[in-house]
Order: sequence, then C-alpha cells, then structure tokens
Amino acid sequence: MREFLDGNAAVVRGALAAGCTFFAGYPITPASGILMAMMRELPARGGVAIQGEDEIASIGMCIGAAMTGARAMTATSGPGISLYSENIGLAIMGEVPLVIVDVQRLGPATGGATTVGQGDVQFVRWGTSGGYPIIALAPSSVLECYTVTARAFELAERFRSPVFVLTDKELAMTLTTVEAAALEPIEVPPRHLAATGAPYRFEPASEVAPMHAYGAGDPVRFTGSTHDVAARITKDPAAIDALNRHLEAKIADHLDELVIADADLQPGAGTLVVSYGVTAGAAREAVARARAAGRAASGLVVQSLWPVPEAALREAMAGVDRVVVPELNLGQYRLEIERLAGPRQVVGVNRVDGELIGVERIMEAMR
Amino acid sequence: MSSPAPGAPETLRNAIPYPFCPGCGHGSVLDRLNEALVRLGRAPERTVIVSDIGCSGLSDQYFTTSAFHGLHGRSVTYATGVKLADPSLEVIVVMGDGGTGIGGTHLLNAARRNVGITVVVMNNLNFGMTGGQHSTTTPEGAVTATTPGGNLEHPLDICATVGVNGAAYAYRGTQFDPELAERLVEAIETPGFALLDVWELCTAHYVKANRLSRRGMEELMEELNLRPGVLFRRDVAEYATAYRRAHGTDAPPPPPAAIPVEFAARLDRPRAIVVAGSAGGRVRSAARLVGEAAIRSGLWAVQRDDYPVTVQTGYSLAELVLSPSPQALLPVPAPDVLVVLSTDGLRRAGPMLASMTAEGTVVTVPGLAELATDARVVVLDPGRVAKGELALTLLAATVARLDLLPIDALRAAAAAGPFSGANLAAVAAGAVIGAVGT
Repeated sequence: MREFLDGNAAVVRGALAAGCTFFAGYPITPASGILMAMMRELPARGGVAIQGEDEIASIGMCIGAAMTGARAMTATSGPGISLYSENIGLAIMGEVPLVIVDVQRLGPATGGATTVGQGDVQFVRWGTSGGYPIIALAPSSVLECYTVTARAFELAERFRSPVFVLTDKELAMTLTTVEAAALEPIEVPPRHLAATGAPYRFEPASEVAPMHAYGAGDPVRFTGSTHDVAARITKDPAAIDALNRHLEAKIADHLDELVIADADLQPGAGTLVVSYGVTAGAAREAVARARAAGRAASGLVVQSLWPVPEAALREAMAGVDRVVVPELNLGQYRLEIERLAGPRQVVGVNRVDGELIGVERIMEAMR
Repeated sequence: MSSPAPGAPETLRNAIPYPFCPGCGHGSVLDRLNEALVRLGRAPERTVIVSDIGCSGLSDQYFTTSAFHGLHGRSVTYATGVKLADPSLEVIVVMGDGGTGIGGTHLLNAARRNVGITVVVMNNLNFGMTGGQHSTTTPEGAVTATTPGGNLEHPLDICATVGVNGAAYAYRGTQFDPELAERLVEAIETPGFALLDVWELCTAHYVKANRLSRRGMEELMEELNLRPGVLFRRDVAEYATAYRRAHGTDAPPPPPAAIPVEFAARLDRPRAIVVAGSAGGRVRSAARLVGEAAIRSGLWAVQRDDYPVTVQTGYSLAELVLSPSPQALLPVPAPDVLVVLSTDGLRRAGPMLASMTAEGTVVTVPGLAELATDARVVVLDPGRVAKGELALTLLAATVARLDLLPIDALRAAAAAGPFSGANLAAVAAGAVIGAVGT
C-alpha cells in the first residue's frame, strides 16, 4: 500500500504521531496547508488549534500553551519567522519545548510566495538576539517530513528548546509517492515533568531539568529576563553566568544525540556532495549517476543542520579533495563546510531563481 | 461577591517589598489585586500572573502565584495560550500603557474572541521605566521626555477599543478608587475578556512635568471625555470553553485511504506529463487521479502544481512525473507529454512546447492556435464536454493512446475518489477518444 502525500500533510501526520496537542499559526503560503490541516485534526482529538491575529500572537500562544504542559507547534514561512524572532529568544530563555516549522520560500521580504528557496538556513540559526544555540532539522523528502517532524518534538522535549523543521515550497506542496508502511507509529515519551522545587537547574551546565507545568504542582515562575533557578530576575554575575553557560552547554554538550545525516561514502572518491532539504534529491541522483559512469563519488545528506554535525562532516570529507555544496541560496551552509574543509576545495552550486537545481549542474561541479 | 474557599491563603503576596518609586500607584493597585484574589479564594498554583514589560512588568515577582514575565506587549498572547490550553487556570495580565500601545492588536483580538483573561492596565500616561517618554495614552498637550513642546497625538481610549470589539467587561478608574478591589473581583469572575484601565500617578516622570494629582486625574478624565466606571458589561461565552463545546463532538477526519498496488504498468523509464488548462477546470484533481492510477500500477508518481494566486481565472497547470522506480523531487527540463486544454494553458505552457523534441508528444483539442513545436502533435476531439470534465477526459485519452498505464487503474482510481460518477464517465469517454484520435 502506498500514499500520494505532500510535505505539509506529512509534517502534520508527524506532529500528530508525536502527540502534538496545541497549534497556533497565521496564514502564509506555502505553510497554510499545515494550519488548515491542524484546524481539522487537533480539536477533534481534544487538542486546540487556533489562527492567531498575526505571527507574533501565534508563537506567543504556543509558548503560553507549552507552559501548561501542551506539546505545541507553529508553522510559517520566512516573513513569519522574521516576526517570530523575539519569541524564539523567549522560548530559548525560558527553556520551552516548541516545534517551529519554516516552509521556506524565496526571499527577502515578500519574495516569492509560491517559489522555492533555502534562504533561511543561517536566519534560523541566528534569528534572535544573544546568539544562543538552537536545533534545526531539514527533511530531504516527503517521508522525512513525517519522521523528522516527530523527531523534532522528541528533541524539543529532551532539550527543553525550540526546534526548527525547515522544509520549502517544493517539499511542502508537491505530492510524492510514499510507502504507507514507512509512516510507522512513533512513540515520543511523555514530557519529563516535576511538581515541586525550582523550575530550572543550571548546574551541571549540560543537564536539562524536568519542566514544571502551570497547575500541576507548586506555583511555577517563568521569565524572559536573566534569572536564577527559581526564575527570579537576577543581576548576580555568577547566577547570570550559570544560566547563559547552561543554555549553550545543554545543546553543545550533546551533539551526538542531535546528529541526523545520511552518509553514502565510496572509498577512493575524490569528491563529496553535501546537501540538505529538497536539494538532496538531485545531489543523491548526481552521486548515483557519477558512479554509474564509473567515477567514484561520495554523498552526505545532512538532516540536522544545527548544530552543525561536525564529526559526520569531517568523517565524510576525509580522503576527498573537493566538496560540492548545492543550495537554493548563495552559499549559506557552504560557510559551515568551508570552516571544516581545511585545504579542500569547496564549490557551491547555487540557484536563486525559484527553480530547483538539476542533476547535471551538480555533476558539472563534481568534475 | 463570592467568599474565599475554606483553607485558601490569606494573602497571595510574598514577603518581598515593592520596589516602586514613592507615590507610584503600582503598589496600591497590586494590593487591590491581591485582595480580590484572596476574596475569590484563588489557589496560587492555579493562578498565573502574566506581566508585561516596564515598571508594571515587575509585578509578578511580589506574588506567590504562578507567573509569566514575557516580552513587551505580548503578555496577552501568552495569557491566551495558557487559557486556551487549560481553561481551568485563572489568568491575570498586568501591563502598562506602553504594553497596551505596542500590543494593541493582541488586546483587541483577545477582546473580540472573549478569551477568559483579566487584563489590568496600570495606565500612568507615560513610559516610566525608560525615562518618561509619551505613550499611546498620554493626553494631548502633555509634556514628556519625547514631547517637550506638548503631545500632539490624541490619547487612546482603551476601554472603548476593547468594548466596541466585544469585550465582556471594561472599567476605567484610578488607583484611588475605593471600590477597585470590588471591580477586580467582578472582572476576574467575568467568564469572557475583562479589562480594567486603572489610571495612576507616575511620580518619577509624568507628575513632575505635568503637575497631576488625584483630583487632577479625575478632572482630566472629564476633560478628555474618558469617563470612569464600568463601561461595558456583557454576558458572553468564554472562548476556551466555547471552543471545547463547539468541537466536543468532532470526529477526526478519516485518514487518507492508502492506495493498493494492483495493476502493472509497462513504463520502463520516467515520463514527465504536463497538463495545462484553465483554472476551475479541475486540472489538478484530474492529474492527481492519474498519479493515483500510476501508483495503483506500481509506478512512483510525483505531482507538482502551478497556478496563479487567484482562483477560477487564468491558467492551471499540473506536472506529473511517473517512474518505475522511487524518484526524488527533481526539476523537469522538458515534458515528454504535454496536454494542452485551453488558451490559458497554452500561454503558460508555450515555452515548454519550444523545448520539446520529436520524441515528445503534445496532445491537444481542435481549435487551439498552431502549436510551434518539434514534438508530435495529436489532436483529439472530446466533442461536447463540460469544462470540469475536459481535463480528465483528455488525460484518460492520453493515457490510453500512449499506454502510460492500464486504463483500468485509472478507472479504479476514479471509482475510489470523490465525484466518482462523473470521473468514471470522463475516463470512459477518454478511453474511446484516445483509441480513435487522429
């Protein structure tokens, strides 16, 4: 049995499989399909889906809902992420589990509403003040829109952090054939909750304290200001330092848990193609065709864009002297590859005209 | 007025003294809020004080309740999320006139929805914490740090704004109102959205520059025609409760039916089929049926649609790639088969015609302009056919003519979906036309 499914529908199925109970969003192409499906699905399952008056309200409602114990998700596109910016910081600061889907379209500004792009890759990484780590995943197929969204919920709970799912107009709105059995049930463990004591813990820095939900035990304090473990505003340098180092270490010290990447490495290959998202389709095909033509080639598809899976990238780059990075932007993730590549030549294949990158263009760059 | 529940705490204040400037109204308003919550017997852990930014944003720290201190102007959105997710919680927003201005849209939309939260606006007519700048409620003529020559802007009528947009309760008064605690109790007990616009003296800034007093505040209200008292009171349903009532009996939509693989197609390599017609002609749903039929035939289908942002006008185009093996999302340089249904479709698909080679096939209807292409052109006459049936009829004819997949698979797909009667008729008609075309 198979299904004819698009990426927005697969994101919704993944969220429901992961136990999403709250959704708030504002209409925007190409993410509206998620909002509309959630409006049909969630209330009937005892959850809540609401259309906010704008993107700021939508993500704000999600953060409030998450503090009652709800598993929350919101979805938008680049212009909406711009408006989410300050609340992304709030979710980081208050350590709120939240899944944010960014169905990328061509930017900047209104850009191309129905046009594909991958221009938000660095934006989601650095999209709020302070520069603290975030987690961002990028499915490379419609099926992965299902599995990766569910994984995003798991990581949001595990790390008490906002987690991005980056898709794009083409993944989101193109129907593709999926094996029905591959949409297998997913079990995301229930939220790790505590009913008494301080709602935060900053030491040891890399540990994540269980969350405290409103109405489920002692009174719970939450603040977007610099705070101590009881969420009281503090100006004590030692307490501030502990908080800020914790926000970094709770993610940076667990990189192994965060890596999702498909390595397809061939011994003797001189060229590695590193890709992500919709562009991975053509990249995989280019590697296959090069091999069919008798040329050794390696490929690495990165699903966990942030934090950068440095170990997986280093391992994939060992032995090659050329790295090809196809992207629907002018070289955003290439920056991360370049800083790890040493003497290797890093070549971008870039397109910002709203069309997908073809297999031939990647093959040309592979030599 | 309700009496406190047995065993309820005697105060929801903690032992920390207020940090507010001498003469500032914030402390006395918070004391009244505490009084109201105690009278109502609210449990601290089930009460969430959502504070905004500015001096009023300090408020939550002096209570033993749950608290949410968020971003400037967004307090109402967090409160809405809390209340929607758990309607049993008591949610109180404490914000200033600054937050009211920057978060105005949230305030009026929460009022419109009648989310069951209580908003206390500590309205001291200027931004206190940042140095006495003018706010949306600063009276005309008032001197502030940013209106040294007198404010030229008309002050916002907060109560009217939420009131005309449906708020269940709106009250205006001052920090000195002896009945403020009573009003807070009323507001908290109101099922829908309730707002209290409480005017206060900002002794650090506004009062210094404008010589305002208790009496002066009352005169100013009169002068500005912003009358005190309970100004709106409506019996309306609380949103989070109404939401659950409205959806309580909903059944989740049925999961999409999985598609069985029950036929076999002879296709030995990927083929791209583009169908180009007019919006409103069910072009995309016809293509989807062919995609589903391909899946029934063991093929892997990818369908990408292209249409203008408006509906029922202009072109509608669907691109289907059918492949004997799993396929990724790839750009399609030139279609193998182009089905042109109308001049709208022809206009959009024109550049594709030019890119097609003699290997390709263009299927079209009689009467369209001369097609400039190297591809083989097949003109099929569907006869008199409704606009909504043309796409599927021609696609069925194309499937039959080019043997893209078994026509029985298309019949099975049509039978399984919506509008099966009309779709089966279109497939049957297309199969005949495909067999006899020129």
